[in-house]
Amino acid sequence: MDMKVDKKLSLKDRYRHQTRGLGWETTYQPMDKVFPYDKYEGIKIHDWDQWEDPFRLTMDAYWKYQAEKERKLYAVLDAFNQSHGHLNVTDARYINAIKIFFSAFPMLEYTAHRGFSMAGRQFRGVGTRVACQLQSLDEIRHAQTQIHTASNYNKYYNGMHAFTHQLERMWYMSVPKSFFDDAITGGPFEWMVAIGFSFEYVLTNLVFVPFMSGAAYNGDLGTMTFGFSAQSDEARHMTLGLECIKFMLEQDPDNLPIVQAWIDKWTWRGTRVLALVAAMMDYMLPKRVMSWKEAWEIYFEQNGGALFKDLERYGIKVPDCVAQATVEKEHISHQLWAAMYQWNFGTAFHTWIPSPEELDWLSAKYPNSFDKYYRPRWELWAQMEKEGKRHLNTGLAQLCQVCQYPMIFTEPDDPGKLCHREVDYKQEKYHFCSDHCQHIFEREPEKYVQAWLPMPQFYQGNCGGGGVEEFFKWVHLVPGQDNMDFEGSQDQQNFARWKGMATSNQ
Amino acid sequence: MQIDLQTIDIKPLRQTFDHLARRFGDKPASRYQEGTYDIQQTSIFHYRPTWEPDREIFDERRTAIRMKDWYDFKDPRQFYYGTYTITRAKQQESADSAFAFALDAGLADELPAAVKKLVMEVLLPMRHMEWGANMNNTFISAYGYGTAIEAACMYAAMDRLGIAQQLTRIGMAIDGEVALDAAKELWLSAPAWQGLRRYVEDSFVVHDWFELFIAQNLVLDSLLYPFLYLHVEKRASREGSALPGLVTKFMKDWEAETGRWVDAVVKTAVAESAHNKALIASWVKTYSASADAALEALAQPIFGADTAAVVDSIRSDFQVRLQKVGL
Amino acid sequence: MSTVFIAFQATPDARPIVEAILADNPGSVAVENPGMVKVNAEGRLTIHRSSVEERIGRAFDLQELHLHLITISGHLDEDDDQFTLAWRN
Repeated sequence: MDMKVDKKLSLKDRYRHQTRGLGWETTYQPMDKVFPYDKYEGIKIHDWDQWEDPFRLTMDAYWKYQAEKERKLYAVLDAFNQSHGHLNVTDARYINAIKIFFSAFPMLEYTAHRGFSMAGRQFRGVGTRVACQLQSLDEIRHAQTQIHTASNYNKYYNGMHAFTHQLERMWYMSVPKSFFDDAITGGPFEWMVAIGFSFEYVLTNLVFVPFMSGAAYNGDLGTMTFGFSAQSDEARHMTLGLECIKFMLEQDPDNLPIVQAWIDKWTWRGTRVLALVAAMMDYMLPKRVMSWKEAWEIYFEQNGGALFKDLERYGIKVPDCVAQATVEKEHISHQLWAAMYQWNFGTAFHTWIPSPEELDWLSAKYPNSFDKYYRPRWELWAQMEKEGKRHLNTGLAQLCQVCQYPMIFTEPDDPGKLCHREVDYKQEKYHFCSDHCQHIFEREPEKYVQAWLPMPQFYQGNCGGGGVEEFFKWVHLVPGQDNMDFEGSQDQQNFARWKGMATSNQ
Repeated sequence: MQIDLQTIDIKPLRQTFDHLARRFGDKPASRYQEGTYDIQQTSIFHYRPTWEPDREIFDERRTAIRMKDWYDFKDPRQFYYGTYTITRAKQQESADSAFAFALDAGLADELPAAVKKLVMEVLLPMRHMEWGANMNNTFISAYGYGTAIEAACMYAAMDRLGIAQQLTRIGMAIDGEVALDAAKELWLSAPAWQGLRRYVEDSFVVHDWFELFIAQNLVLDSLLYPFLYLHVEKRASREGSALPGLVTKFMKDWEAETGRWVDAVVKTAVAESAHNKALIASWVKTYSASADAALEALAQPIFGADTAAVVDSIRSDFQVRLQKVGL
Repeated sequence: MSTVFIAFQATPDARPIVEAILADNPGSVAVENPGMVKVNAEGRLTIHRSSVEERIGRAFDLQELHLHLITISGHLDEDDDQFTLAWRN
């Protein structure tokens, strides 16, 4: 009978009873004391009941579907590991891309998990809390499935062994880490704009979709499987991020300028972080599904464009930074990989100069920029390598106070000139890679002056002591093994030897 | 070209990540270990929280208890997300079949009035208590220290939501949407429920996450779970219905498993130091006093003259449990 | 009008869902990439439960989509019978 009563209710009503029906207005303790953090950011919410649940999974369905996903994922991983699937990737160079991925992402997913636990406790709307809690649970899934996928790679390849230690200490890791530290130290609404909207909706497609398709293309079944499996959760997360934006904008017109400022900030912060992915896609995948520029055009310009057009009704404008990001899609991967090549004595992965064939691919994919600005440089450095004069940059660069990249990016209107901005604040000089990072600083200087910048810390002796050798020890990087060129590396030799064992009777 | 690689014997360079090798030696680590140990950052935070500027993002000072190693809070079930969801999916499947069996057998239609009253007036309002438990465990996941304890609390938080939803399903099966409104009214206004509601609301403003763990997962649950799923249920079956026993299978399976984890956590904290032990004992004492009173108020209308016997039996089982964890 | 899309893992289980979308949404286009298939449509895209059920010969809960989904774009509206992605511009 009464499954019938249940059935007659729509999905929406059933879900309402199973979530917001559980909550109540507290009277023994004031609501403002029970939910102390959802007002201080200035966002005005008049009626939490207007919240539209973005997806409607009750726990029984959640456990059922997620368990099935997990069973499939671990079955693939186990088979991949048992059959030494790592030797079926196109080329051992590929493994360096996933070294960066696995060194950064699990710990960042973990921070996302904690941030969504906070949001899942702090919003006074019940529907909002439940949605955030489910995302918190998903995020720990992602952290763990990534570590489990990395685990077997770590047994056979260098550079991943110290990932927990290095996230806090490795100079380039402070780029994504400061992004998440920035988001989680904001209030719950800013968190939702930063991670739920800007990162999940606007940007994660760029990480997970073309890159994981690239993993598939390069024979890395393990990474592809966890990547797509994780992304199936992201579809829910994106919906949550978008719902949260709409909800804030519909609740009160005063929310618009606050939300707009956050969207401006986090779109730029996220775009900067993704430069790492740009380099991975254009330079580190031996077989490429598409260029970074093409991925950017599909997932940011087309999809993000549709989104911003849709949000116009609320008065939201496309962030100013998009104009610069659009110019930079021609440049960013080349500038970043060149930086990594020059500083690879301090990286826990290997670099290389693109082969002539790869240079041709880059020329074809980047007709407006590559031949003019980047190809000559790679050809020069290749020549220098041949002559035994490998180019290294032993000077340590100034870092941007906000995004924490070294000053490697160029002026938007002059790709031949490095971009550098300065601001004086309370008798100190602060440096920025771009106008947008400078503006982010100027809106919240008291936050960004706190940033722990690896290079100044190094000079102050806080990274193990004075020199590079001490830095290696402090950051747990094994020199000659984890760092420097792919050519001649232990990874390269082992991969060739193991593959030889597999294809002959040695 | 797909090559047959299963036949070759290649030596790994290392068996596990450095941080696990430091803890357990260089040998293959379990997926629980890989997914748990040292995953939370501990130092070098870039910014202070705008919501709590005198603390770091993750900060040991959010509780008064002290641990040399926060990863001593090992989960005896060794849950990581995969094992957690697979376990719960199985439990839910078997609970669903018990639920469906009860309905197919017409037990909901033939519910004796006394049993219906128990379900509607005792079991159903508990969905709000479960929701409170969800909030409290989410709080610990947010502000607790170390992945071992906080991740297990996040699983527990979602379990409590799942249980609240299971209770909702029971109410809907018996009386449709009106059952939920009536139960909420009891929760909000009936004098017998106000002790419990006050306890739950007071717990929402506790700042110390370990104190909250004690208040919710140890004290309150140790009293309410046997009350509901042992004593009230026994009463229902004596009144001639197997329905409550069948539709609450999930909760009983869950409590038997989760209780062991709660005990392991408390035992570890108590064994760590006299400081922790004294603190935890004082929390148990404080919270027991109000939880006992709340329980008595709920038991009185059901058990009448037997109330003291029922409450004493629950209390003495709780005392045994406390002794086992070193309190 | 803007493009909405939905992407699935390239697995046998996802194929009938993709077929249902292509049949029910005139003008929708499937794009194959390694490991995935992405369906683009102008403005709006709907998955009908009944249409998937016809193809798989059994009852289908639209929430099963979560097993195969990679990503979506557009506002989502779902109930027991349909799952729609749309832009409002």
